Amino acid sequence: MAAASDSAREDKARLDAAFTDLYRAHLRDVYSYSYYRVGNHHDAEDLTEQTFLQAYRHFERAQKESQGRPLRPWLIRIAHNLAANYYRDRSRRPQTPIDDAGPLPELHTTEAIVEDREDLNLILECVQQLPDDRREALIMRFALGMDNREIARALGRTDGATKVLIHRAIKQLEELVQAEAGTEAT
Amino acid sequence: MSTWDFETRLREALQPVDPPADLEPRLEMTLGSLVEMAADELDAWELRAMKDPRNWPRTVLGPAAAVVIGSGAAAGLVILRTRGRRHKRRAQARNAWDLAERTFRDAAREAMRVFDDIGR
Repeated sequence: MAAASDSAREDKARLDAAFTDLYRAHLRDVYSYSYYRVGNHHDAEDLTEQTFLQAYRHFERAQKESQGRPLRPWLIRIAHNLAANYYRDRSRRPQTPIDDAGPLPELHTTEAIVEDREDLNLILECVQQLPDDRREALIMRFALGMDNREIARALGRTDGATKVLIHRAIKQLEELVQAEAGTEAT
Repeated sequence: MSTWDFETRLREALQPVDPPADLEPRLEMTLGSLVEMAADELDAWELRAMKDPRNWPRTVLGPAAAVVIGSGAAAGLVILRTRGRRHKRRAQARNAWDLAERTFRDAAREAMRVFDDIGR
């Protein structure tokens, strides 16, 4: 029994070390995804924490089933499911506008900075108006830099369907932004 | 704005967001306590398992039972194979003493074969 428990402890230690690596590598991804889903830092922290706790519980099985493939889509899928519960339980939608998400690219004049910030805020507002699946696909692609295959795994779709989804999402977003910009101009 | 420009703007709008500095240590602490709780749970489970008499047969008597059952099966096999040749032995035996000797030799030979089979 002692030998068996020593072996179980070694397996557990190995698993915990692997999970720590996963967590350190993808904390920012999960946080970014959560943030763009819920629209504020406070709930994004909660969602990130819940995602990693859930992931920890099922890590061993996920590792076996992934057969060496990256686990980021699996993590994002957990965050996706938790975010869906978050809206369902509290009957909430993402808050708009999103808090100031991060540093803006370098610009030269104050006027340009303001104009640029307005543009980006408009895009973010329009992202929040997209249907859930399209919004999520764009967050995964542009905020997390995931490729089509990873997004497909996270959303449980085929690669082809994901490609179409992203294409349509960008198109719809572009139209929304143009419409909003036209409204603001008049 | 071209689609390519639009995608560039979209990438700028959806920049990755850094988590607050205190999130990482806080989460590590939570996960650390989970790991400790799991280890404590394992220790407690082992102690409980050792104290529970229902587990004694499995841990202590299990190997002994396996040896007894295995030996019984091997002996049974030797007897069966030896009995299979009894008519031939009777036909060849000159008297009762010779029959006993032949039976003993057959049994020894079958036992060696069974041990060879087990060892393979």
